[in-house]
Amino acid sequence: MKKVLMKGNEAISEAAIQAGCKFFFGYPITPQNEIPAYMAKHLPKAGGRYTQAESEIAAINMVYGAAGCGARVMTSSSSPGMSLKQEGISYLAGAQLPCVIVNIMRSGPGLGGILPAQSDYFQAVKGGGHGDYNLIVYAPSTVQEAVTLTMEAFDVADLYLTPVMILGDGILGQVMEPVEFIPPKKRKLPKKTWATTGNDGSRPNNLINSLYIEADVLYERTLAQYKKYDLIKEKETRYELYNTADAEVIIAAYGSTARIVKSVIDGLLEEGIRIGLIRPITVWPFPYTIFEEYASSDKVKKFLTIEMSMGQMIEDVKLGVNGKKPVDFFGRTGGKIPTYDEIKGKVIEVIREVTA
Amino acid sequence: MEKMILAGFGGQGIMSMGQMIAYAGMVEDKNVTWLPSYGPEMRGGTANCNVIVSDKDIASPIVDHASTVIVMNKPSLEKFEHYVAPGGNLYINSSLIDHKVSRTDIHVHYIPASDIAVEIGNVKVANMVLLGALLKISKVITEKSVLDALSKVLGSSKTHLFEINELALEKGAALVSNTNPNIAM
Repeated sequence: MKKVLMKGNEAISEAAIQAGCKFFFGYPITPQNEIPAYMAKHLPKAGGRYTQAESEIAAINMVYGAAGCGARVMTSSSSPGMSLKQEGISYLAGAQLPCVIVNIMRSGPGLGGILPAQSDYFQAVKGGGHGDYNLIVYAPSTVQEAVTLTMEAFDVADLYLTPVMILGDGILGQVMEPVEFIPPKKRKLPKKTWATTGNDGSRPNNLINSLYIEADVLYERTLAQYKKYDLIKEKETRYELYNTADAEVIIAAYGSTARIVKSVIDGLLEEGIRIGLIRPITVWPFPYTIFEEYASSDKVKKFLTIEMSMGQMIEDVKLGVNGKKPVDFFGRTGGKIPTYDEIKGKVIEVIREVTA
Repeated sequence: MEKMILAGFGGQGIMSMGQMIAYAGMVEDKNVTWLPSYGPEMRGGTANCNVIVSDKDIASPIVDHASTVIVMNKPSLEKFEHYVAPGGNLYINSSLIDHKVSRTDIHVHYIPASDIAVEIGNVKVANMVLLGALLKISKVITEKSVLDALSKVLGSSKTHLFEINELALEKGAALVSNTNPNIAM
């Protein structure tokens, strides 16, 4: 298939349409506006419907409605808008409804700024809404990966009956790169027999609900859901290893930050210095095991987490490393992107420490 | 690998020039990235984008050390002069920028792009004059690929603009050469 040059936001939208997304509900906010714009233009041509909701809260509840009818549905927003959606996301998780939610992160808290950030990590992977639940959260680092993961997200949502989040940042949303739209490997997906599609009396009524007043009922339902989460952890955890063999220092970074880190790693390699990167692709489920593995190696002296935040993913890195090795941090926030030289400077400082 | 920063006022065609380079690079089967500024400076009227064209995989799409910088207005020169890596090329729209660069470790090309654009009939092709100069020096992509990209960007309804864009590229290319006194080193 031929490559096309597309912005991350547009590519995510096209991937969703090609994955069979039929409904999109959204509300404008920078830096993700190309998603609703693309959907408004192209989704109707693909037999779908685009609605600009009156608010983010309305949009996520429209997602609940469409998902309940068994349709493939997506919404997108950026950080402040994503906060508004959290109640609806908790309800979607409670009702075990499949959908895809895109967060192209900007800086916060509050209205914050419009420039790239990764400071919604906690919100994305530790809940965000209330109650015992998790979302599957993909953190693509290139436009091509965003396409692949968005296509897969719809399958994974339908397979496990859970909302799936695409967690990007302003750089991913705005950058243009050549992409190919290759359908993901086919998965065997269950029929949506639970969907509220109208009943001619031939079966019991379907009810989509997240209200379970009886403690016993909600308890059992939650346990069953967590069994499913265990399966997701086992089957869907993903990460990339970059240059980690023989590295004494391992960097942990995801999304756009991981790209800058890779440039630094390449640059240092030319100077004969070898450091590695573990890049979580799913930030939930988090790839704890691979961090544990590297932390147990005698070769590895130290970990360094680099984020566009004041330090959020570092908590998961520390859980994986489990006290076996020190975990250092470098971050930029508020819309400031860590530069090549800043990251290189920090890495060299860490290397000096471990070789001293 | 060519790492570029293009900068100027909104409306000078900075973003479309960057997209044309990226598209032409893709047509030549190279790896490319195009990253626009979309922050508060955009709302103040200046625009810039980072473009990378490379035979190898591109890790970061962010350009901190540029091999090429094009500036079309004075605020952009002030902001991006120090981004040019030693030995790199800096292209200055001297129609709007009277400042001379004091750095001696880079190649500086003073090109009266806006004046030439007006001369050939449309101030809006000043970006293409600069691009013509860039193509002559850098050879990162061919003029043919750019013209292919141009016809795609313009679309069939604007084919009448094709000729003047092509002429602008030629004018820009003619202004720079190895013997051009505008080159500082």
